Amino acid sequence: MPILRLLLERIAYAFIVVTAVLVLNFILVRLAPGDPAEVIAGESGGITEEILAAIRRDYGLDLPIHEQLWIYLGNAIQGDLGYSFYFNSPVVELVVSRMGPTILLILAATVIALFIGTTLGVLASRNPEGLFSNFLTVASLIGYSAPAFWTGLMLIILFAFVVPIFPIAGLYDVTLSVGFFGRALDIAHHLVLPAFTLAIIYIAQYSRLARASMLEVLGSDYIRTARAKGVAERVVFFKHALRNAVLPIITITGLHFGNLLSGAVLVEAVFNWPGLGTLAFDSLLRRDYTTILALLFFSALMVIVANLATDFCYRLADPRIKGKRG
Amino acid sequence: MADRPAGTDIPVAAAESPAREAWRMFLRNRSAILGLVLLAAIVLVSLFGPPLYGVDPFKIQGAPFTPPGVDPNVPLGTDHVGRDILAGMIGGGRATLAVGASAALMTVAIGLLVGAMAGYYGGLVDEILMRITEFFQVLPSLILAMVLVALFTPSLYMIAIAIGVASWQSTARLARAEFLRLKELEYVKAGRTIGATDKRLIWVVILPNALPPLIVSATLIVGVAILFEAGLSFLGLGDPNIMSWGLMIGSSREYIFDSWWSATFPGAAIFLSVLSVSLIGDGLNDALNPKLRER
Repeated sequence: MPILRLLLERIAYAFIVVTAVLVLNFILVRLAPGDPAEVIAGESGGITEEILAAIRRDYGLDLPIHEQLWIYLGNAIQGDLGYSFYFNSPVVELVVSRMGPTILLILAATVIALFIGTTLGVLASRNPEGLFSNFLTVASLIGYSAPAFWTGLMLIILFAFVVPIFPIAGLYDVTLSVGFFGRALDIAHHLVLPAFTLAIIYIAQYSRLARASMLEVLGSDYIRTARAKGVAERVVFFKHALRNAVLPIITITGLHFGNLLSGAVLVEAVFNWPGLGTLAFDSLLRRDYTTILALLFFSALMVIVANLATDFCYRLADPRIKGKRG
Repeated sequence: MADRPAGTDIPVAAAESPAREAWRMFLRNRSAILGLVLLAAIVLVSLFGPPLYGVDPFKIQGAPFTPPGVDPNVPLGTDHVGRDILAGMIGGGRATLAVGASAALMTVAIGLLVGAMAGYYGGLVDEILMRITEFFQVLPSLILAMVLVALFTPSLYMIAIAIGVASWQSTARLARAEFLRLKELEYVKAGRTIGATDKRLIWVVILPNALPPLIVSATLIVGVAILFEAGLSFLGLGDPNIMSWGLMIGSSREYIFDSWWSATFPGAAIFLSVLSVSLIGDGLNDALNPKLRER
């Protein structure tokens, strides 16, 4: 079973990378200026000598450095990445409770970007020197260059003052008492602006990529063959070309998961979306290092999982590489 | 590009150097020239604007929330404290551009070093360096940069270093691919045969030929680095004593309903800076990779 072996291999590798992220976190705390105990406690008020003493004891800060690392890794394996004194909560619980909204935001942005971006790019590839294609080139440059947090603020102004049809902050309306279905609709309504803001850069990138990729595929020999043997142009375009042209887009989408997380931090801060981004924003404001480091760990973990998922999606879409290493 | 006039493709001199040909190509690209002019204007205003305009962007110049065009003293209005937006626009570019440029330099330096070593030496060196690159690719760059700046002192140097450390991976991959390809070519083998050292082969023989794609990517990285700096300042991670466009947006974020202008103008400045760099990058891409020009 090559696919099972491959899966195990990938998971083992992911485990090594996760450990490496933990070691990086450990090193960063030790490299940071000041007493590690104070770094771990963060700069929130009300940190007493007792708390610092407790941290030193729990983390074994008087022990040699490699023993400290063992303690840290041992705790991490048991799901303990420290305690946030600002939020008064173990950081793992804190971060996990905020993951849902961020994942929802990222998935929504990805779907929007893939759908709009690919459609625009494919349309442009039908007439690469045409007006629409040139317009798309300019539009994608603009979309690519605007900082997401600024676009978000501009959209807030637009939808608060000019066309108030979308809510501009939060995950859902707390004053609404509706059933499960109503709540889901309300969340989707709140999701529109942040997801679109986050998606803009990727719409720009995917449309360019889809256009270039379609043009390349349309120029290849097997397309000429298909046309020569009289396959309908529509079938050539959508069935023969499009399917191959989306492969590089799938790869890129998977690689973009980390960037999407980075973008989500900024977009969430703008729209008060209660996910990892607002958590990052709040903990940065308070210099709550334990929470920030846990965020780095969990975002790396999410990227690793996303990479594994992309790898398998790619295998499904492209039967040529079945079992081969990518 | 479509805006290249037809019939001007006749080569002027048969033996023109590739660099000059690329430059001529670049100058014929209208949008690239637009980018160049735009960037030059932004750099000039940032360099000479502050002494000419002479207003401290941190000092209160008028009533808070003065809309643009009302008080001739503050043409673009004031923010929530009454600071002059125009002064911030003129003075805020220095930090953004300086950090953007040095962070891009940092990114390219790390990426080039790692990529060149991996591609040139291959084998175990390649394996180790690429594992490290893969590891860094797993860490979302903005979040890593955030952590670095938050843990260490938030100075402009630290921000530039943090951005560099967080975003060199794609340059490394690109440089590696180029070095892998070029080291097998005959002129490199010939160089090795006549006894050129590894150092010379990497930096003098291979590097110049690997430059075109790296230059394009470096230009685009400047744009990304500007966006990074703006994002970090927006999150309050910049140097609080130095005015920057991101800082202006971040500090007026809460007052967006009282003064749309205090976030809109600095954001537009960031946007135009990145746009100018992207236009230049696109033009360089067309000029340096003639094979791709058809797309």
